[in-house]
Amino acid sequence: MSRTADIVSATEERLSAPLAVEEFEKGSSLWDDAWHRLKRNRLAMISLFLFIAIVLFCVVGPLLSPYDGEQQDLLKGAQGPSGEHWFGTDTLGRDLMVRTMEGGRISLLVGMVATFVALMIGVVYGATAGYLGGKVDAVMMRIVDTLYALPFTIFVILLMVAFGRSLWLIFVAIGAVEWLSMARIVRAGVIGLKKQEFVEAAVSLGYSHTRIILRHLIPNVLGPVIVIATLTVPAVMLLEAFLSFLGLGVQPPNASWGVLINEGQQNMEIFPWLLMFPAFFFALTLFSLNFLGDGLRDALDPKSAKD
Amino acid sequence: MLKFIAARFGQGLLVLLAIYALTFMLVALTPGSPFSTERAIRPEILAQIEAFYGYDKPPLERFWTSLTNALQGEFGPSAVYANRSVTDIILEAFPVSLTLGTISLLVALFIGIPAGILAAVKRNTWLDYLPMSASMVGICLPTFVLGPILVLVFGIIFQLLPVSGWFGPDYMVLPAATLGLFYAAYFARLTRGGMLEMLNQDFIRTARAKGVPESTIIWKHCLKGGLIPAITYLGPALAGIISGSFVVETIFQIPGLGQWFVKGALNRDDFLILGLTVLFAGLIVIMNLLVDIIQVALNPRLKYDR
Amino acid sequence: MPSAYWNKVLSTLAFAFLGLALASCSPREREADIAAAQGILLIGNGSEPKSLDPHLVTGVPENAIIQSLIEGLVTYHPTDDTLAEPAMAQSWEHNDDFTVWTFNLRDDAKWTNGDPVVASDFVYSWQRILSPALGAEYAESLYVIENAMAFHQGEIEDFSQVGVKALDDHTLEVRLKGSTPHFLLMLKHYSFYPVNPRVVEEFGGMTDRQSGWSTLENYVGNGAFRLKEWATNDFLEVERNPDYWDAETVKLNGVRFFPIENVNTEATAFQGGRLHITNEVPADRIPSLQQSNSDALMIEPYLGTYFYRVNTTREPFDDPRVRRALALTIDRELLVERVTQGGQAPATGFVPSGITGYTVSKAVEYDPERARELLAQAGYPGGEGFPEAEILINTSENHRRIAEAIQAMWREKLGVEIGIFNQEWKVYLDSQSSLNYDISRSGWIADYVHPMTFLEIFTSGNGNNDTGWSNAQYDQLISQAQRATTEEARFAALNEAEAIMMDELPVLPIYWYTRVYMKDPRVENWNPKLLDNRSYKYISIAGS
Repeated sequence: MSRTADIVSATEERLSAPLAVEEFEKGSSLWDDAWHRLKRNRLAMISLFLFIAIVLFCVVGPLLSPYDGEQQDLLKGAQGPSGEHWFGTDTLGRDLMVRTMEGGRISLLVGMVATFVALMIGVVYGATAGYLGGKVDAVMMRIVDTLYALPFTIFVILLMVAFGRSLWLIFVAIGAVEWLSMARIVRAGVIGLKKQEFVEAAVSLGYSHTRIILRHLIPNVLGPVIVIATLTVPAVMLLEAFLSFLGLGVQPPNASWGVLINEGQQNMEIFPWLLMFPAFFFALTLFSLNFLGDGLRDALDPKSAKD
Repeated sequence: MLKFIAARFGQGLLVLLAIYALTFMLVALTPGSPFSTERAIRPEILAQIEAFYGYDKPPLERFWTSLTNALQGEFGPSAVYANRSVTDIILEAFPVSLTLGTISLLVALFIGIPAGILAAVKRNTWLDYLPMSASMVGICLPTFVLGPILVLVFGIIFQLLPVSGWFGPDYMVLPAATLGLFYAAYFARLTRGGMLEMLNQDFIRTARAKGVPESTIIWKHCLKGGLIPAITYLGPALAGIISGSFVVETIFQIPGLGQWFVKGALNRDDFLILGLTVLFAGLIVIMNLLVDIIQVALNPRLKYDR
Repeated sequence: MPSAYWNKVLSTLAFAFLGLALASCSPREREADIAAAQGILLIGNGSEPKSLDPHLVTGVPENAIIQSLIEGLVTYHPTDDTLAEPAMAQSWEHNDDFTVWTFNLRDDAKWTNGDPVVASDFVYSWQRILSPALGAEYAESLYVIENAMAFHQGEIEDFSQVGVKALDDHTLEVRLKGSTPHFLLMLKHYSFYPVNPRVVEEFGGMTDRQSGWSTLENYVGNGAFRLKEWATNDFLEVERNPDYWDAETVKLNGVRFFPIENVNTEATAFQGGRLHITNEVPADRIPSLQQSNSDALMIEPYLGTYFYRVNTTREPFDDPRVRRALALTIDRELLVERVTQGGQAPATGFVPSGITGYTVSKAVEYDPERARELLAQAGYPGGEGFPEAEILINTSENHRRIAEAIQAMWREKLGVEIGIFNQEWKVYLDSQSSLNYDISRSGWIADYVHPMTFLEIFTSGNGNNDTGWSNAQYDQLISQAQRATTEEARFAALNEAEAIMMDELPVLPIYWYTRVYMKDPRVENWNPKLLDNRSYKYISIAGS
């Protein structure tokens, strides 16, 4: 498996500079325009709706279910879907529907928190490098290059082995891997903005670097950052599934979608529902996030406003 | 141009050096040793083994020895697999991963690029959504689900293809499809994005207004520029794909490099880890350099240092 | 880099494209059928062998391969692991108290390089494995020999003081440090196997861990088969050895071992006709295979115990009542029936059943009622105030499911909330040996068919104890058993020792292992074995 977010960055990086400039000129109307364009993209809208529905299902669902995800009944292990258990039960007799919903909570949480970690590091790092420029930029970007060339399988496994104890460390481990693309994109955007009058004005007013970066630069590269964040969430969820395949995922008896799918995959011939339900929700979430991300990109790209 | 290449090459070497140091540190800090076994070993015996592999020296000295050896192209022995040097292991697994990787990449390009072009041309219609959805399958289902499903259908139910193993061309079809589908999604997305950008350029609009046929616009004017993002991605993709995929190699029992990345890390086989890291990083550096050159060739407006 | 290498790379590539274009669309001929017709057995062998040097390996997959390549003084019986078959030794005598053994070596045994196998080869080999500088992990299994321990620990440097002597080319005398009637069973283990001294010396010498003698090119053995091909992570093939002393008995033309680590890949490989024998079967598939493929599904007793170690140095597990309460709440019947599903026997003691002459302990039961009482006596009525604790497991689907089930039993029956902590293998080993755990999942497989291999590890300070438990009376009984001159006296002492251990419960026995695997019905003479060791020379396959 490859580091997924760097894939997206190839276009993002080129996109971000012109976008940021136009955004400054047009002000908030850009967001209105983008929303209008997004609404016209049926697939993206369906995706948005689906995503919200899945999040609600996972967050609210367990509260409504009569079952508890840890409650076992070994005598009712691996039973197919029924009126009693809509998604059937797993091999230890736990209700698969609640397990799927709770797994979704974990997977979505991992996806979003890790992305947030990556976003925070990447945006601050990229903006600083781009804004300061010169030698500092060169050194900072060489560091990014170096980390880029690190085989991430080894990196993540060693991190997980060393710190695998808590869910939060998984977030940090994954976030630490995914921030690189963010940094590159933000840097490219900031370099494009730096020469703009409003930044020069801010500099001449004697604002501190921190203030200029936080208040003037970062808000103006938000568009591409949102796009890549939307696309990073599914990439992270996939990465978490990969870790589950290695057995390095969340600690039992908790289970993420990755854990459930891995378990289901092993039994797909005999107990197909164990794979079908978690995989369906997982795939649906990834589909919707990917299409939403693509849709957002189209919508936020002013050049695509052809009609 | 030569100066640019030389400078990039120099930077690449520095990156490799930094990665070597970083990886060494990371492995040294990870708990567990390559020599721990389920049954207890007497401490004196353990000490003998550690001394044999140089683990009794202080870390800094070990780092220096291994680095100077590595600079001479000698990555040392595997601490876990007797009689096998890291170089042997890599040379044995590399052709397998190169073969599988190349075929998978071709699969990815054959699926991804046409899907991306079609989607861009027919934007926001079902001819956009459908090929994009199809090409997304590979990144919406983990490879460890897609692989076994393909095996079940083609290997067990219809018995058309071998279920696993690596003994000839027919053994390559299912793993290449599994891995290729994963990368296809990214190529489709990048191609679609690149094509859309080109289709919205002013000169294309002018050409359209002049009544140039749509096919000429797409194939003659847009394709070259539209493929740039996909080509940019080709570098990291190639490096990633030929350094192997653990999941696909595990599911299909393929003796490629990907297994070694995971085994090396799980065994704490540090020379092996270092060797693989250098290999991977070297591939990335070289691929990125190649991509830069190609990009410059495709688009002379780009400056040499971007 | 040689250009031949790149030629190979390029030609594989070209070949691949050609093949893809031509890949036919008719059902394929199965490898298992082709191989059966050629008399080649295809075995799923778990993982890639780390070495084929009998003095350096420690693992099961390595053992499986070495059994075909090298023979010791005696070898495995085709059906019964409590017996030994003549191999390099055609006969043997021992004195009355089983301390001096004399082996008469056959004179028609040869190494694959043509050298005869002589008694001094064994002396050299045992000196090699006992040399401290080699750092052999399993050297301790030779400690039964007089002065072997002193030599191995550097107290004496003269190997002639160690109790092994070549009286002539075909007579080997072994003096043991105590009476050991089961010495023959120990000799079957690969740590006692010979290596060819000339070859070992040629490729690096006696104490070189990276000696090149055990590579594909240089390997010299004396077994029924010889090494033919070894492609890392791909397969390893042995072929019939024409110079083997008992070549007429050998039926197979070869054996191909596949290092398939993933159980599901292996199951699929069997289904898809790539294997005759698998290493394992995923637990969840067992019930459905019993219905659909009962000819091929093999479930056989296997001399080993699956258990949880308890860290007796930590509160509240230092209280035997707590340990007993935990042990009493594991519903082993339900667990083996619904979770492990492979016909395992619920453990009633630590030493598994199946050892002739040894009385199995019945001390471990399921009685949640009493467990609650004990827990209340220990100060945790209804689980109240029970400190935070965790079951340590290493990464594996099966361990995880078993731990989840036991966790739920403890929660429901005792009101005790114990977590699960999954650690990667190497870290898990570290945690276990440094007593950095509360409860830890473990397993122990017998080296030879004798209760001693289960019980001696829990003596005070034993490297494999790993529970912090120590009991003077237990230690005394084990050493009494080691010195006993009759097997009855030995078993009696061991029985008593086990009773003490099962009373204090530094370990919670869970189940006794079975070997569950798939076997092509065409494979013949592959018999159930308590230790799963095979003499491949007796095995055959009906080509169809």
